[in-house]
Amino acid sequence: MSGASPTVRFREGDRVLVRDDYPVGHFRTPVYIRGKTGVVTRCFGAFGNAETLAFGFKGDRKNVYEVRFRQADVWPDYRGAPDDALEIDLQENWLSPAPGG
Amino acid sequence: MTQHAHGDHDHHHDHDHDHDHDHDHDHEHAPPQPDDKVHSYYQILGVALKELLIEKGVVTADEVRAAIEARDSITPGNGAKLVARAWVDPAYRERLLTEANAAAAELGHPLPTTHLIALENTEKVHNVVVCTLCSCYPRELLGLPPSWYKSKAYRARIVREPRAVLEEFGVRVPDDVEIRVRDSTADLRYLVVPRRPAGTEGMSEEQLAALITRDAMIGVATVKPPIL
Repeated sequence: MSGASPTVRFREGDRVLVRDDYPVGHFRTPVYIRGKTGVVTRCFGAFGNAETLAFGFKGDRKNVYEVRFRQADVWPDYRGAPDDALEIDLQENWLSPAPGG
Repeated sequence: MTQHAHGDHDHHHDHDHDHDHDHDHDHEHAPPQPDDKVHSYYQILGVALKELLIEKGVVTADEVRAAIEARDSITPGNGAKLVARAWVDPAYRERLLTEANAAAAELGHPLPTTHLIALENTEKVHNVVVCTLCSCYPRELLGLPPSWYKSKAYRARIVREPRAVLEEFGVRVPDDVEIRVRDSTADLRYLVVPRRPAGTEGMSEEQLAALITRDAMIGVATVKPPIL
């Protein structure tokens, strides 16, 4: 892990919206979570950008966050306990502040 | 010969067998194992890449073999050592949960290329790990992932209906326990620290480690007390 670390944009507790976008390329953002809203539970720091590393480009770094989603917010027909959650590591460029905080 | 990635295996196929050796015993032979399965594009690409690297002297065949052997030799016992220590040593448990790489190195497992996170199962939370995109897995601590971990069925279903999938593994999680499915998508690798079963109070660290299974450290099983 070399190079300057980008500024951490989100903090623990921030509500974030995952970009609802389907570009062509290599992405580590599962399709099922795009367009969903979750809460940042920690920042893991900066890692090489998987999206450019996949094509052999080095140097670009992105913050990676642990984001927690309520299962009921991900799957409208989810059957399970109300507190059941999904936690996913997501690169900062896929996240924006959720509308309404 | 499209089914072969490399090598000349024609001698296995080109001549007619008469099969005229004596069959004076009357049992059925098991069919030969199909070692000539169709390889996928990526398998062929992988073999071609390996052969080129060897041909150009970047690596030797023996180095490739030794690397595979080393990978194959890793067992979940590595992860079990960490969990057992965390069960008996509260300070180590704290380090494992906050600085997992350092905690692993402390027990002789430095993970130079892996950023490890330990997830502790409690009375309130049951963690289970998946990689929906491929097969991310803490291989240095658990060895190679089982085939079901890489199956599309597990990857698709554990995020969508974890309680049903866990029941199929034999784990009934009470409704007042939160199931936390961890989709490890890229840079982090996850080790579940299962709950220590009751009835193990007098056991040594080594005895405890022997109870801790691969599946418990993925989160699809609980650790069972010893059968006395």
